[in-house]
This record gives sequence, C-alpha cells and structure tokens, in this order.
Amino acid sequence: MKAWLDMMRAVLTRDAGADRVVPPAGFTVWLTVFTSGAMAFLTVFALALSLASGRLAESWDNELARSATLRISAPAGQMAEQTAAALKVLEQTPGVASARALSDAEQQALLEPWFGPDLPIDSLPVPQLIEVIETEDGYDSEGLRLRLQAEVPGAVLDEHTRWRRPLIAAAAKLRALGWVSILLIGAATGAMVTLAANAALAANSRVIAVLRLVGATDSYIASAFVRRFTLRTLIGAAGGTLLGLIAVLLMPGAGDAGAFLTGLRFQGLHWIFPFFVPPLAALVAFLATGYAARRVLERLD
Amino acid sequence: MIELENVAYSYGGEALLTDMSLSLPAGSFHFLTGPSGAGKTTFLKLCYGALRPTSGALRLFGEDLAAFDRDAVALARRRIGVVHQDCQFLDHLPVIENIALPLSVSGLAAQDQEDNLQELLNWVGLTGRANALPPELSGGERQRAALARALILSPDIILADEPTGNVDWEMSQRLLRLLVELNKMGKTVMIATHDLALIRAAKAQVQARVLRISDGSIQAAGADL
Ligand SMILES: Nc1ncnc2c1ncn2[C@@H]1O[C@H](COP(=O)(O)OP(=O)(O)OP(=O)(O)O)[C@@H](O)[C@H]1O
Ligand SMILES: [Mg+2]
Repeated sequence: MKAWLDMMRAVLTRDAGADRVVPPAGFTVWLTVFTSGAMAFLTVFALALSLASGRLAESWDNELARSATLRISAPAGQMAEQTAAALKVLEQTPGVASARALSDAEQQALLEPWFGPDLPIDSLPVPQLIEVIETEDGYDSEGLRLRLQAEVPGAVLDEHTRWRRPLIAAAAKLRALGWVSILLIGAATGAMVTLAANAALAANSRVIAVLRLVGATDSYIASAFVRRFTLRTLIGAAGGTLLGLIAVLLMPGAGDAGAFLTGLRFQGLHWIFPFFVPPLAALVAFLATGYAARRVLERLD
Repeated sequence: MIELENVAYSYGGEALLTDMSLSLPAGSFHFLTGPSGAGKTTFLKLCYGALRPTSGALRLFGEDLAAFDRDAVALARRRIGVVHQDCQFLDHLPVIENIALPLSVSGLAAQDQEDNLQELLNWVGLTGRANALPPELSGGERQRAALARALILSPDIILADEPTGNVDWEMSQRLLRLLVELNKMGKTVMIATHDLALIRAAKAQVQARVLRISDGSIQAAGADL
C-alpha cells in the first residue's frame, strides 16, 4: 500500500524534466493512445445502451401496472347479471387483487375522444368494462379464461399489456449485458496497458540499470513509466469519449417517433456518466502499469 | 565505511572471490589491482550493493547489507559515487543531464546545483561537450563524464573502476588530483586500475594503500608499489 502511495505521489509531483529519463518510444505511443480511445468510445456506447435499456424496462414496467380489462358484451337485459357473475368469478380467482366495474361516466370519458361528449351511452349497446388489477404474482390467465367461458359467455379478457412482459425481461438482460461489456472493456484496457508497459520495461532494461546505479528507487523508476502510460491512456480515452458522445448525440432524441433506438441518448443527469470514463481509464492504466513495473523491477533485481 | 567479513562470491559456478576480510575506514584511499578477470569489478559491485555476498557479511555505513531492501540500497548508493567500468549513460540525454541524473533521482532540482554542475564540468574538461549525447563522446570523455556524475551528489565514498583507462597521462593526472583533493576533504576513495604509474603518482601525493586480488583472495600489495 505504501509503495502505491509513494508512486502516486511520484507520478503527481514529478517535474517534467524527470520524465525524460525514459527514452521516447515513437509510434508505440500512438498504439496505446489509439487503443484506449477505441475502448473509451465503446464504453460510451455500452453505457448508453445500458442506461437506455434500463429506462425502457422501467417505463414498460410502469405502463404495465399489472392491469387487465374484462369486456362484457351481452344483450341489455343480461348485462347486469353477467357483470355480477364475472365479478364473482374474479373475486374467487387467486392472483386477482381487485376487480371493479367501470361506471357509465367513466366509460363515457373513455369513449369521448371518439364520439364526443354527448354520446347517449345508456341507449347504445356499449360493452361493460371491468378493470382487473393483479397481485404481485399475477393470475393464471388460461384458467381464468376457461372459467369465464363457462360462466360468463359474453366476457372477453383483454390482457393488453401482458405480451410485453418477456420484452421487459429482455430489456433488463440487455442492461446487464451492457454493464458486463463495460467491465470487460475495462479489463481489456488493463490487459492492453500491461502488455505495452511490459514491452516498454523490457526494452529499457539498460535505462533501469543506469537509474539504479545512480540511486533511483523502484518508485522513481516505476513512476517514470506509470506516468507516461497513465497520460497516454487519459488522452486516448478523452478523445474516444468525446467521439462517443458526438456519435450518441447524432442518435435521434427520445421525443422523436420510432422504437427502441430513440432513447439511446443520455438523459438528464446521465450525461455525467461518460465524463467518468477518461479518469477511470487512467486509473486502470495507473494500476496496471504500476503492477507491471513492480513485477519487472523485482525480477531485474 | 565498508567492512567485509569472510565475504565470498560466485556467479553461480565456481567461487570467484573467497574469504575476504577487509575494512575501508572513512577517509582512506585505496587502489585495487590484479590481473584481468580476477574480480576487481565484482568486488566493487559488492561494495555498492549491486551484488550480494554468497556468504559472509558486508557492512555499508555500519549496517549489514543483508538487511537492506532495494530502497535502502538505492539510498545508500546516493552516498556512494560509482564510476562504472563501461560508463553507463542514458544515451538519449545530453551529457549535462546525465551528469545531473543523480540529482533528479534524489529529488533535488538541478537548477539549484547549476554552479556545482558547471564547476564539475570544468574540472573534468567537458564544458564544451555539455550538450553532446554520450554516444558522441570519445572513450576518455565518457570516463570523465562518468566521474563527474559520480561526484555530483558529493558522496562519502567514491568507487572508480578503471577511471583513467582511456585518457592520456596528463588528463589522468588531473583526474587523480581531483580524487586526491576529495580524499583530503574526508571522502573515502577506492580506484580499481591496472595503471601502475598512476598508483606511483598517487603515492607521492597521498597515503594510499594498494590491494591486490588474485586467486580469489585479497592482500595488501608489496612495498614495491
Ligand atoms: N554477470 C556475470 N556472470 C558470470 N560471470 C561473470 C559475470 N561478471 C563477471 N563474470 C566473470 O567473473 C570474473 C571476474 O570478472 P570481473 O569483471 O570482476 O573482473 P575484473 O578483475 O574487473 O577484470 P578486468 O580487469 O578485465 O576489468 C571474470 O572471469 C568474468 O568473466
Ligand atoms: Mg573490471
């Protein structure tokens, strides 16, 4: 722990001249910058995907509200009788939290957008609607249908939102997959930086020997490498994040017509998340290079 | 400053150095001679902690080297100026930055030591070559740069491996005078060399002891030196 703190201090407080002890590495620098940029770009997308599928799952789930509608179409004379029978069946059905016949006024309100406010609802053969609210576990849809068929011939069970249920589960899985991708991208970044740092350390074993000859501690030597890779990763990741944000911005906004993709932009406070990507990438690089450097220095002793 | 007690060393195979007991007191001036391949460089490496004895005890500044971790060795090295036989430099940095490297490594700002640095460059006759890269230097210039780097931190001990191997007689006399001067200021000096003329010249200026390594052991050399 102390070694890490020493190195953190060395990385943060080092004067620029001391960075020059490690010779410049030419084009491999750009490989690190490019790779971390690409990783950051992908992270922004995985992040957008995760947050969007999360929102989707949530809003569908809210809309669903665990409600269904029972519609009774019967000759005027039998309407009251069948409604009562249906309510009785529903009352006895496990998984039904409550069932309530809509009043004429409520039904009229529902029809108003189509027929205007003056519809004489009493004189029209409008079906009676019963609002059914499920419990947490839900009812057995098939069983209820069969019983209604037998006891209330005019009843039709309309489970208008039930079909969305597997989609909600899929959206939740998509969100989890997004987070797993982000973790994998982070791990891959760490692995990439470790490989690059190992190569740099191996190529500079003579430099390390000279530094040791003049009294350099492991922290000093390691920080020269760590600082370099942390900076490169930070720069690359900042560029990649910026491009990722621009690409996400080019997606249509949530207000536009369309389906799933419309919500891919970040919303509200979520815009903050991508700005954590570059510092986190730099942290991963710092830890990975520090670990690689300590191991190599141990071996070169 | 440096004490050895029954120290032996081998590079894995047969023992190269056996049973060496010796003490280098503060302010002493020693020469180390012996045939090529006898183990002079190896002996110096033991003295600055680059190698650890295979057996026996070595004390640096009064403390057992066996108890030093890598950081402790690094700190001890800042008090020991080493001129390596093949003068290792950072080839991508100019001479002046190489000479200032021990300052940077110990967290001292080179700017504060600017006078010191210039004086030292002047002493070793490299003022005109300050901005050259090490590979552009002649063998002698490299050795002088290595000596300057070894002295920049004003170390308590100076270990020099063939510091005059590639310089002319005049320059070697000049470097010797520098080392003698430092010795008179209280620094402990040890020079490994084949150059008998250099040893004789030194003996005229300073109380120098001559040690000779051969067949794995170390003895005081005869009075003829
Ligand atoms: N890293 C090493 N691994 C194995 N053997 C080594 C190693 N370094 C040196 N030796 C061997 O140890 C012996 C002593 O080497 P050393 O460099 O100490 O000799 P030296 O007295 O300094 O010689 P010279 O006067 O030529 O500089 C030599 O035979 C050399 O080949
Ligand atoms: Mg040698």
